[in-house]
Amino acid sequence: MASPSTTPRPTDAGGPRPVLEAQGIRKQFPGVLALDGVALRLFPGEVHALMGENGAGKSTLIKVLTGVHPADGGTLVVDGRPHAFADPLQAQQAGISTVYQEVNLCPNISVAENILIGREPRRFGLIHWSAMRQRAAELLTELDLDLDVTSLLDSHSLAVQQLVAIVRAVDVSAKVLVLDEPTSSLDREEVAQLFTLVRRLRDRGVAILFVTHFIDQVFDLCDRVTVLRNGQLEGEYPIGELTPVTLVQRMIGGELATLDQLSGRSHEGAAVRAAGVPFLRARQLTRTGSIEPYDLDIHAGEVIGLAGLLGSGRTEVARLLFGADGADAGEVSIEGEKVVLRTPRHAIARGIAFCSENRKSEGLVGELTVRENIILALQAARGWTRPLARATQDELARHWIEALDIRPADPEAQVRHLSGGNQQKVLLARWLLTAPRLLILDEPTRGIDIGAKAEIQKLVARLAGEGTSVLFISAELEEVLRLSHRIAVLRDHRMVATLANDDTVTPERLLTTIATGTDS
Amino acid sequence: MTTQPAKSEAAGGVGRRPAGHRLLWPALILLALLLGNLAFHHDFFSVRVRDGHLYGSLIDILQFGAPLILVALGMTLVIATRGIDLSVGSTVAIAGALACGHISTAARPGSVATMLTAVALALGVALALGLANGFLVSGLGVQPIVATLILMVAGRGVAQLITDGQIITVTSAPYKMIGGGYWLTFPFAVLLAAGLVALTAFVTRRSALGMLIESVGGNPAASRLVGIRAGGLLALVYVVSALCAAVAGLMISSNVSSADGNNAGLWIELDAILAVVVGGTALTGGRFSVGGTVLGALIIQTLSTTVYTLGVPPETSLVFKAFVVIVVCLVQSPVFRAKVLRRRRTTTPRSHTTAGAAPQQQEAGA
Ligand SMILES: Nc1ncnc2c1ncn2[C@@H]1O[C@H](COP(=O)(O)OP(=O)(O)OP(=O)(O)O)[C@@H](O)[C@H]1O
Ligand SMILES: [Mg+2]
Repeated sequence: MASPSTTPRPTDAGGPRPVLEAQGIRKQFPGVLALDGVALRLFPGEVHALMGENGAGKSTLIKVLTGVHPADGGTLVVDGRPHAFADPLQAQQAGISTVYQEVNLCPNISVAENILIGREPRRFGLIHWSAMRQRAAELLTELDLDLDVTSLLDSHSLAVQQLVAIVRAVDVSAKVLVLDEPTSSLDREEVAQLFTLVRRLRDRGVAILFVTHFIDQVFDLCDRVTVLRNGQLEGEYPIGELTPVTLVQRMIGGELATLDQLSGRSHEGAAVRAAGVPFLRARQLTRTGSIEPYDLDIHAGEVIGLAGLLGSGRTEVARLLFGADGADAGEVSIEGEKVVLRTPRHAIARGIAFCSENRKSEGLVGELTVRENIILALQAARGWTRPLARATQDELARHWIEALDIRPADPEAQVRHLSGGNQQKVLLARWLLTAPRLLILDEPTRGIDIGAKAEIQKLVARLAGEGTSVLFISAELEEVLRLSHRIAVLRDHRMVATLANDDTVTPERLLTTIATGTDS
Repeated sequence: MTTQPAKSEAAGGVGRRPAGHRLLWPALILLALLLGNLAFHHDFFSVRVRDGHLYGSLIDILQFGAPLILVALGMTLVIATRGIDLSVGSTVAIAGALACGHISTAARPGSVATMLTAVALALGVALALGLANGFLVSGLGVQPIVATLILMVAGRGVAQLITDGQIITVTSAPYKMIGGGYWLTFPFAVLLAAGLVALTAFVTRRSALGMLIESVGGNPAASRLVGIRAGGLLALVYVVSALCAAVAGLMISSNVSSADGNNAGLWIELDAILAVVVGGTALTGGRFSVGGTVLGALIIQTLSTTVYTLGVPPETSLVFKAFVVIVVCLVQSPVFRAKVLRRRRTTTPRSHTTAGAAPQQQEAGA
């Protein structure tokens, strides 16, 4: 399980000294004790997983250690010297390079500038642009990324932005590299490339702190694990002492009842559903430069999975159906009636909901409360003159906070103060409560912990059972395979195949189709 | 025990701010300014009734502050959408000029009907100006600062055209009522401003208007995907802003019974923006606070009054005002407060941190 590695394992007796050691870290937010006496040790040349449920305090620990938030208690020793970073820059100068959970680059400057900002190559005191572009391109090839470095950052998908953030962090000659859920929206390929890079850095002696909700990635990559639960340190383990089951038990403090209760596939009655007039039918729908003409039928109660590599056009397919982007040509009919979905409003009026993959920039309004974010779509449909009664709002918020186990269970908390996974749940709640006819979910389980993920998958299956159509996009093939009745495969901005998801569809067959563009 | 959340949700939950909390700093600052005045003028807080009218420095602040409160009120909504309205000063001038121009040429300048048509005329034109701003911003996607700059510059010229470059003086008792009259011992302007503030607060908070405006300002991309019709909301806030400015313009010209196209409402947009920001609404849009804006406007107005009552020489009064504004902004900045507090706290614990770390070092190395 734990990949054998040549780097010396830290032992309690006489091993190498930790490059970073934190003890008794405490962080109190108004009303929430986010960290309570947490300790963390990172040794040179190790990959260390930081695990815990949504809201356990992983991101907060990272932010406290790197000077984003001041600590309320505890000590930090880096390289043998005590430190208390007042801001992230100081942490960086001390050799701690961090990719935070929410990508925080500048969307409206180029990829090259984003990678090298603050340390641009200079000539005669001015920025040496061509050297900068070249350096950025070189760094990108380390991750096998072929990007136009002069393109604006926000012209790229979230996954690419995530990779750019990683490349930026890696470039700093760091002793410690912190990656907070770097793989949450990456495909297998990118994950593999990232892991190669991480292993290379590890062999160079860099200590890497790695946060993820993918249990298998931990066993694939990491040497030791620190588990947090409810803001407290649960324990620190060499990976060899854990199994996936015991790791999850440590994280949640009990047995995981719901995991994998969802039967392998949920396509009972798929054939029946696929008959008759589809709820939505798209014919030769296209948008120049983003997606080639495609046909798609979605029947009531059917879950269609979209599979494809990063940048293959999955999100673009969905955006056209929601009117988030305008189509250049092609037609859409809903229940046999031709419609033009020019804006999201049109689509919403037709019972379509779209949960964007990018919860920070396209999803939540951070300053508003959990309650307000949850009811926002419903309220927008009613217009400002017909407010939902406050009692109704409270009732809806309470219901969905409970249904999705949003923590803290406080409808009046500002959404931006929630942990990443809990924010994702708020976004899901917003659209689920509109009871849409067609629910488009773009990476709905991004950043969601293992227990909640199973809950959400069950919910999707149940909604489909009740007649809701679902368009399900996920970089996780297992999830797509588990939930979909049919799978549309995309490659290079083209829909190349649609497979009925029966027993003949294996992950391997799907991967081949994705890679070659033909169904063998 | 560990299965139970360690976080206390009893304490009121994360990030929940008591409703009054946001208003705390502006209120304290206003109080400090007023008390500062009291130190120099012991009768600063005294309010007397004379001829059935209230008199006193506090009443003056309210009365002279009423137009600023109104302009800042409209500005608050605009700023909440991530916009800004630079044209309010010109709208103030245009409204006053139109009303006085109408009254001065009317057959019966002193009649109530003339006053009403003058008011209607000013408000009607302001409505059109607001729509024009709204159209530029939401229809054509012009940046708010540029879109309203057009009217800021052109509007001043229009006001001068209306007044022919002169100061139009009017004698109309009904018109005088708006900015200089009294009702139930109170200055009518104060009551009018209070009424409009209450109305705005009521409408934005009782309907979903406030929340949708905050959503559009807080995250425009998300608001589009959630199906909010941002165009209509943007147009609405610019119209409200123009109407508020027009009422302020009527008050100002009514108070002095004249319209001055050159100087009426000059630089009021800057005071209004300042009032909004001091009141706790961020220029980056999102959450807004009508109550905070009222306090902000009163702070600015008190400051102007203080400059006079302290007898600050005119040539240094602007510098004095700027200085106080900077202090006010610093006091309100959480970053600044944290820095000051942290500095004070770290003087002792820093050595403690170092001392505490040493033994662990050995422990880890042993
Ligand atoms: N700025 C803040 N203000 C108030 N509370 C906060 C703030 N940041 C985090 N919290 C709270 O601290 C707790 C820990 O959050 P944190 O983001 O560290 O969780 P996490 O382990 O990273 O979860 P996830 O897996 O969902 O990313 C949560 O209850 C969260 O609501
Ligand atoms: Mg997190």
